[in-house]
Amino acid sequence: MTFYIAIIDYEMGNLKSIYKCLKHIGTEAIITDDPKIIKKADGVILPGVGAFGDAMNHLNQKGLIPIINEVVESGTILFGICLGQQLLFTKSYEMGEHEGLGLVEGEVVQFDLTKVDKVPQIGWNDVEFLDLEHFLAQDIPNNAYYYFVHSFYCKPKNESEILGKTKYGEIEYCSMVSKNGNIIATQFHPEKSSKNGIHMYENYVKACKR
Amino acid sequence: MPLTKRIIPCLDVTEGRVVKGTNFINLRDAGDAVELGAFYDEQGADELVFLDITASSDKRKILIDLVEHTGEEVFIPFTVGGGLRTVKDIKEILRAGADKISLNTAAVKNSELIVESSKIFGAQCIVTAIDAKRVYVNDDSEVKDKIVLNVEDGKCWWEVYIHGGRTPTGKDAILWGEQATKLGSGEILLTSMDCDGTKDGYDIELTRAFSERLDVPIIASGGAGNPQHVVDVFKDGKADAALAASIFHFNEYPIEVVKNACKQANIPMRL
Repeated sequence: MTFYIAIIDYEMGNLKSIYKCLKHIGTEAIITDDPKIIKKADGVILPGVGAFGDAMNHLNQKGLIPIINEVVESGTILFGICLGQQLLFTKSYEMGEHEGLGLVEGEVVQFDLTKVDKVPQIGWNDVEFLDLEHFLAQDIPNNAYYYFVHSFYCKPKNESEILGKTKYGEIEYCSMVSKNGNIIATQFHPEKSSKNGIHMYENYVKACKR
Repeated sequence: MPLTKRIIPCLDVTEGRVVKGTNFINLRDAGDAVELGAFYDEQGADELVFLDITASSDKRKILIDLVEHTGEEVFIPFTVGGGLRTVKDIKEILRAGADKISLNTAAVKNSELIVESSKIFGAQCIVTAIDAKRVYVNDDSEVKDKIVLNVEDGKCWWEVYIHGGRTPTGKDAILWGEQATKLGSGEILLTSMDCDGTKDGYDIELTRAFSERLDVPIIASGGAGNPQHVVDVFKDGKADAALAASIFHFNEYPIEVVKNACKQANIPMRL
């Protein structure tokens, strides 16, 4: 079987732009909700745009939650993007209280309008890598800019699982996660972050090939 | 470093080709839309906006193809607007790869469309585009239910126009912006019809009124003629993003030149 990345299709968000970005760097990618294809993939991307509760419902209805857990246990690198990062956490307070995948301990909370000017945060903000040796950070300048669109942000319980930090208004928050080397995530959209974002996917693919 | 201000080239398109009108008439052809988009990504644009100015439903397929191809070549976010009337229209464009869609006439005529689409796709991808024109008054008491502000040359309120700027609605633009935000729009694309095509600068007073009253980002549009105008709309107009067309399309001021001017004025920029 040739190398490929599975992009989990659970009807939330712009899966095609991730697919096109992987194509652009010459990587085979499959947008799929088929457990077999997901489990056999060399890397799995959990994308997502939209509301947390809806996303968990869709994953649940498609029976994908145990599949994601299996992927992580097998050692395959799971890459969460935007809402996909938030879903990794224990719970979110977006429109009520919702349980997440619980792969990373912590909560997802809303930007407080007394501490930031505008919600959602829309636009380019910089990310400080806390681990310059991390495979995602290779050959990318530290404090480079990436494209963010979100109203909620992640608060991991363990500081050691924060790979990158970003400041919005008075709030400094976790914009990249890495746990055990095979659960990684970004709050921003690398596929919308021009050269540096494309490079991050190259780093991810390289790590999946190892 | 904080969140940066965004520079957004706008590509008016018809049948996959870029055109730019002055004051919404006199169209000139400025090239292939996808190629131009990729060129702007390379040049450092923060985002792109495609406005389909023909906006007819029977040409929708061409627009969808354009969105598909853009996604293959352009790795910055892009918004698509023009003639989208239903949730189905919106879904097609987002599915094809657009990051956001903008609603103008359809949202004025049927504000439920904002509510419905933001519920399904998220507020962050529903942009309300507002075309606003000044209406000068001598006295506040002349008008009802309008926000009248003191401007440099008198007092005015701003009226919402639809159908590509051809039809006045009697609606107050600021109040409409506030309402659109409450209904679920995550961003406002605000075009001054007085300034559009003049190259004399943005409508600073209009932009500032929106920025100060609304909690969502404001993209200022209409009137950019040089880098200083962009600096002014960020500094004085408090815009979150500045949109321009002709100064970029005809390479009068490359994106980098505009961004450097902003940087020198201490405006946070991605360079």
